[in-house]
Amino acid sequence: MNIPVNPVAEQLAGYNFAYLDEATKRMIRRAILKAVAVPGHQVPFGAREMPLPYGWGTGGIQVTASILGPRDVLKVIDQGADDTTNAVSIRRFFGRVAGVRTTDRTREATIVQTRHRIPETALREGQVLVYQVPMPEPLFRLEPRVSETTRLHALGDYGLMQVRLYEDIVKHGEVATAYNHPVMVNARYLMSPSPIPSFDNPKMHMNPALQLFGAGREKRIYAVPPYTAVQSLDFEDHPFRPIRAPHACALCNSTESYLDEVITDDQGGRMFVCSDTDYCAERRGE
Amino acid sequence: MYVSVKGGESAIANAHAWLAERRRGDAALPEITADQIAEQLGLAVERVMAEGACIDRDLAALALKQARGDSTEAAFLLRAYRNTLPRFGYAAPLDTAAMQVQRRISATYKDLPGGQVLGPSFDYTHRLLELDLAGRKGEPDPAPQADTGVTPMPRVTEMLAREGLMARDTATDAEPPDLTREGLRFPAIRALALQSMARGDEGFLLALGYSTQRGYGNAHPFVGEIRMGAVPVEFTPPELGFAIDIGDVVVTECQMVNQFAGNNETPPQFTRGYGLVPGQNERKAMAMSLVDRALRASELGEEITAPAQDAEFVLYHCDNVESTGFVEHLKLPHYVDFQSELEKLRGIRARWAADRGEKS
Amino acid sequence: MMQPGFADPVLDAQSAFRAVLEALSHPGRIIPIAPAPIPPAPLSPAMGALALALCDADTPVWQDGGAQAADWLRFHTGAPFAEAPAAMFLFATGRPPALSTLNLGTDEVPQDGATLVLNVASLKAQGTLRLRGPGIKDEVSLGVEGLPENFLAERAALRPHFPRGLDIVFCCGAQIAALPRTTEVI
Repeated sequence: MNIPVNPVAEQLAGYNFAYLDEATKRMIRRAILKAVAVPGHQVPFGAREMPLPYGWGTGGIQVTASILGPRDVLKVIDQGADDTTNAVSIRRFFGRVAGVRTTDRTREATIVQTRHRIPETALREGQVLVYQVPMPEPLFRLEPRVSETTRLHALGDYGLMQVRLYEDIVKHGEVATAYNHPVMVNARYLMSPSPIPSFDNPKMHMNPALQLFGAGREKRIYAVPPYTAVQSLDFEDHPFRPIRAPHACALCNSTESYLDEVITDDQGGRMFVCSDTDYCAERRGE
Repeated sequence: MYVSVKGGESAIANAHAWLAERRRGDAALPEITADQIAEQLGLAVERVMAEGACIDRDLAALALKQARGDSTEAAFLLRAYRNTLPRFGYAAPLDTAAMQVQRRISATYKDLPGGQVLGPSFDYTHRLLELDLAGRKGEPDPAPQADTGVTPMPRVTEMLAREGLMARDTATDAEPPDLTREGLRFPAIRALALQSMARGDEGFLLALGYSTQRGYGNAHPFVGEIRMGAVPVEFTPPELGFAIDIGDVVVTECQMVNQFAGNNETPPQFTRGYGLVPGQNERKAMAMSLVDRALRASELGEEITAPAQDAEFVLYHCDNVESTGFVEHLKLPHYVDFQSELEKLRGIRARWAADRGEKS
Repeated sequence: MMQPGFADPVLDAQSAFRAVLEALSHPGRIIPIAPAPIPPAPLSPAMGALALALCDADTPVWQDGGAQAADWLRFHTGAPFAEAPAAMFLFATGRPPALSTLNLGTDEVPQDGATLVLNVASLKAQGTLRLRGPGIKDEVSLGVEGLPENFLAERAALRPHFPRGLDIVFCCGAQIAALPRTTEVI
């Protein structure tokens, strides 16, 4: 079920390649380069309103639009799947404004824009993973003031977060975050991995692909270069544990992939299937 | 069997077709046109221009039609459109003293040079539904026109400032920062705060302004002056090197006079809260001037105790294109995170039960 | 006569940007820029490509390539020229200003740290510079000829100031290799 390719000739009339004007692209590109140079640090940028709403991936879209070229092959996923409505909508947007080739195969893609997942198929050098980020500030629930969190990042003072995780352990016997679990990047910056499940956190560590993060509404870009240390925040006696439902996928039998729980009736019936639709299809030989 | 809850191309296309049908409404009635909206729903159009940060009446009317009358959605359409336009440069600051005034009132003086001009206002209408307006009412009688010619209308705040009673805002030739290019900065710069509120959500500013009158922030406001009318816009093209008039914009300006207790350096005097909104929108201009004054608390050394005085709180939350997007994004699928939360909660509950079991 | 910029301003800028992005993502890796413009000497084609792709009226630049280079940069990018400490991008064809005098950003705003683009005599995939840090799996080596005297020592002296720092792009012909501020020269 490959998504049809849009030839460049069908590009939307009246708009620049990849929608953004060149001055905006240059501004975003400069922010991306500095984000790569200071891994995990949030670089403010002059985010623009996009034709899709804030909160629906405008940061990721602006990053993708700024890096995208005619030789790229774009994959867009939401919840791990290529066919969720917002993923379809964003892929269609780039098809229209950039005429770029799209795919649902992780292996074929040069750029993967994602919301809430890292693909199961290991990424390789040269690929770029673009995350859509709602709240780039990992400390925002503990300190909503941007002026204050900026200061804490400058000092590398992450005591607030340590205390919060420690309180979880006292109260629940374990850290209670199940997604968006904060990470330390290159042992310097505390970073939000975006709301991916904790299951995906370890994939960020020493990944050969470049990871870019775009938060449109909050107007921040940050990055993890390839082969960069990314450690989930934890304690020696309470090490970080990724979570997945303890089942096999009902379609491909994978016991390693992250699973969606699907309610099948109102009698408590349920089944578990891979959240990554491409991974599941490939295992089933599709 | 696994029933997919996922949509796709066809679901989206079908939804859009249904939306278009709903927008058209009953096909037995004539279709409304954008120029009818622009002429007859002018205040809705002006709100969309202000919040959409794009002063183009025809496009704002089109946006309202396309958005089925949803002003926030229409503002969003206009914002997205304006970002595709080339940027030629910056116009000269508007001189509202040179306004062709359609309305001008002061609550601080009974009479003043230039007089009070009520203008096209709802103020003293009795809010009785005009039932005969529902259909086609026909043309209203022409409004009487004064034959006074052009009378100068000096600003009330300027008259107070000349007496030393009103703090002067320091003029500067420095290029102000541009919200659309660099975003907010804190501590807040007043120019950025005013830009942000001028395009901010009317309802949000109204509620915050109201809160300052009810004790949330130390406000003692008087309407020094409200004026509404057309102001010429001047622009200097680099290749010409001199300013040319590129048209008029209608704006509403409110200057709110507030007490200030003074301190060691400054004697007690009045200070200004300022509101400027594209179009005729007195409610928003007044609310904005209340909030502007509240936001000046730290600059004036006043204690910060209320939401309206908290610049990060006000400015990060006043943009309705941002806030509607993020509130509404909650309807996007979140089942991956929810699944992780489910497993976490099951684990924590199991531990909770085991702990209780051991103790009993 | 003014030498031209990119043949295709949109797509050539995109591919030049991707080359720089790849270079900064893989420090020490030599990345070709194609197509690159032919700016007036002594600006190298790679240097010209970076300027066209990244600079505009919002980016104060410093350059030492003489009047023709200045005219070309001004005409094609619209960037204002600045003294070295105020420059966001520095295009150095000779000895660059002392690194410690350049804008390193602040701890709160490290992204203000300048980008120094430097012509070198040659770039080779193997060489005497052994590099370590983000973007590098274990360790890589890079051969650079024509580095200014003391350049590496000056750079090393900035490392304790991280996250403040400079990001450096070496240019040779139409090739680049980058040393972001995180890269350690062993």
